[in-house]
Amino acid sequence: MSAETPSKLQRMIKAGHLAVTSEVGPPRSADGAVIERKAELIKDYVDAINVTDNQTSVCRLCSLAACIRIKQMGLEPVLQMVTRDRNRIALQSDILGAASFGINNILCLTGDHQHFGDHATCANVFDLDSTQLAMTVRMMRDEGKLLGGFEFEVRPQMFIGAAANPFAGPNVDIRVARLAKKVAAGVQFVQTQCIYNMDTFKTFMKMVVDRGLHEKVAVLAGITPMKNVGMAKYMKNRVPGIDVPDEIVKRMGGVPKEKQAEEGINLAIEQMEELKGVEGVRGFHIMAIEWEEKVPEIVKRVGLYPRPQLAA
Amino acid sequence: MIKAKPKPMEEIIDNVKGFSKLLIAGCDGCVTVCEAGGLKEAKVLAAALRLYFTQGGKQAQVDETSLTRQCEKEYLAQLSDRIDNYDAVVSLACGCGIQYLAEMYDKKVVFPGVDTCFLGVNEERGLYSERCQACGRCILAETGGICPIARCSKRMLNGPCGGSEGGKCEVNKDIPCGWELIYERLKTLGQLERFETPTVPKDWTTSRDGGPRKIVREDLRI
Amino acid sequence: MRLQYPPNVRIIEVPCSGKVDILHLLLAFEQGADGVIVVGCMEGDCHYLAGNLFAKKRVQRVKEILDQVGLGGERVGMYNLSSGMGPRFAEIIREMTQKIMELGPSPIRIAKGTAVRAAGEVAA
Ligand code: SF4
Ligand code: SF4
Ligand code: FES
Repeated sequence: MSAETPSKLQRMIKAGHLAVTSEVGPPRSADGAVIERKAELIKDYVDAINVTDNQTSVCRLCSLAACIRIKQMGLEPVLQMVTRDRNRIALQSDILGAASFGINNILCLTGDHQHFGDHATCANVFDLDSTQLAMTVRMMRDEGKLLGGFEFEVRPQMFIGAAANPFAGPNVDIRVARLAKKVAAGVQFVQTQCIYNMDTFKTFMKMVVDRGLHEKVAVLAGITPMKNVGMAKYMKNRVPGIDVPDEIVKRMGGVPKEKQAEEGINLAIEQMEELKGVEGVRGFHIMAIEWEEKVPEIVKRVGLYPRPQLAA
Repeated sequence: MIKAKPKPMEEIIDNVKGFSKLLIAGCDGCVTVCEAGGLKEAKVLAAALRLYFTQGGKQAQVDETSLTRQCEKEYLAQLSDRIDNYDAVVSLACGCGIQYLAEMYDKKVVFPGVDTCFLGVNEERGLYSERCQACGRCILAETGGICPIARCSKRMLNGPCGGSEGGKCEVNKDIPCGWELIYERLKTLGQLERFETPTVPKDWTTSRDGGPRKIVREDLRI
Repeated sequence: MRLQYPPNVRIIEVPCSGKVDILHLLLAFEQGADGVIVVGCMEGDCHYLAGNLFAKKRVQRVKEILDQVGLGGERVGMYNLSSGMGPRFAEIIREMTQKIMELGPSPIRIAKGTAVRAAGEVAA
């Protein structure tokens, strides 16, 4: 986590608090008020708010504009950036733009393939991948240099993040190796894929700790509360890279329909309680998909509210 | 080599229906191997078009031929004495051959008879799959002999992504995850340490991003 | 055993149905056939293992081509018989002849003037 930035998220982690982040998905229209509404719902319960970048390749109001809006509300945004839609010129340009508004957190992603989204016939870019984007941000921040070699004075002060998915293929070893690679590229924090398979996650974290990676990168555990058993099944069968064990599907299906949402929240809270004790976990990233109103309840029930105040 | 597939008949008919003297020109190169454009395919297309014209009550001449390679002037020149007998040519060569034919006989209308798809291999007869995107600076030495540009759906140079599952790509369960293949190969070769070093951004100027490409080999030129 | 089948059918013998190529079928139509069927051994019984399976695919491709060029894919068909099925062979020929009669002469013959299309008329 070497380089220090003005990022509130970074300072929170450094102060030894369990950090809490959540996300806001921008609307599929020019309605900026949606972002404000969603941010208002969660602002007192999180340290930073991720804004997704055309997630699942569905075209939406842009992440950068939404982050600026959140920043102007006096909150702390995390700019998610995928390399699918922009080449290195556009990516670096957006990073400079974001930094000019005092945005201090970036999450470097490759992004889902466009085939998932609403513009499946488009060309993709993938000039860089997530790891290379992280290297690029680090170079801009630490050396004041663009990939093309141009040197500049006012550097973007970015706390550099990425995603980690302990559950994807081919195996946990490679997932740890890939995290090490991202750390070598300059990544300082990761937000993980939603965790349902606790055993796999713990194996992953043990390897991370054994290698000492947890001292170089803050792992924020990804939590997505399930709304109902249908969502559990969908995630299990249809979303690549998500591992939902059968017990969880059974547990969700084992309660009456009207109680399933509550059961989903209970499950998330139990998981978070358990994760608090896992070495190397430095906080949580709560992805309550179109369910932002539940974030306050979750944060309160796991005893992470009120959020600690940092000296200015 | 280059892989192509026959164009839908409707599209070819739509292109040629206004003409009455047609030459179907096959190519004995790559497109013959994938059975999209050799002499045999030229004959089938010519027969089909003759049936089409005749049943419509139109007198039309449709002949077929095939050249050793349409991407070379010497072979294309073999058409010079008879091309004027036709008012249009349907070329069954790959996109290169079709263009070179059009370039050489610039007053002749030339239509494509195949869709040129990719650089690939014959897994078996009738099953061809992509292996290379001709990026112009081969990195197979670093990736266990498996190309992430052609075989990872997101051409990642530091994969696999978080969507890789059970050896399959997030895009589709029929696509093997290129990065999982690389992983398996590197493991076999005892080179897994390669997974830990980030690969820097690639110079794409030698790929299509640099504009139309050319190879000049002074050692070969006369 | 003498079997009765319509006399307007021309039989071409090949060593295996797998010998029949797309081009043979297309050329038969070019030369004025109103319909063509390929008769191979029962699936699994081809002496060359898969000849009849290849034939089936080729017939399918010719069906598509005939549909696309305006002759109609119904004019071509594939059947599988064993050597002991003479009566079934005659029946198939009668069925196919009947079907072709209903379809009328091939547009190729009409265009070439060797047949005229008239309701119910059968070209011999
Ligand atoms: S690295 Fe480039 S040249 Fe080598 S196989 Fe891949 S696309 Fe082809
Ligand atoms: S699943 Fe594998 S092949 Fe597909 S995009 Fe991800 S890394 Fe590439
Ligand atoms: S021998 Fe092949 S179909 Fe009869």
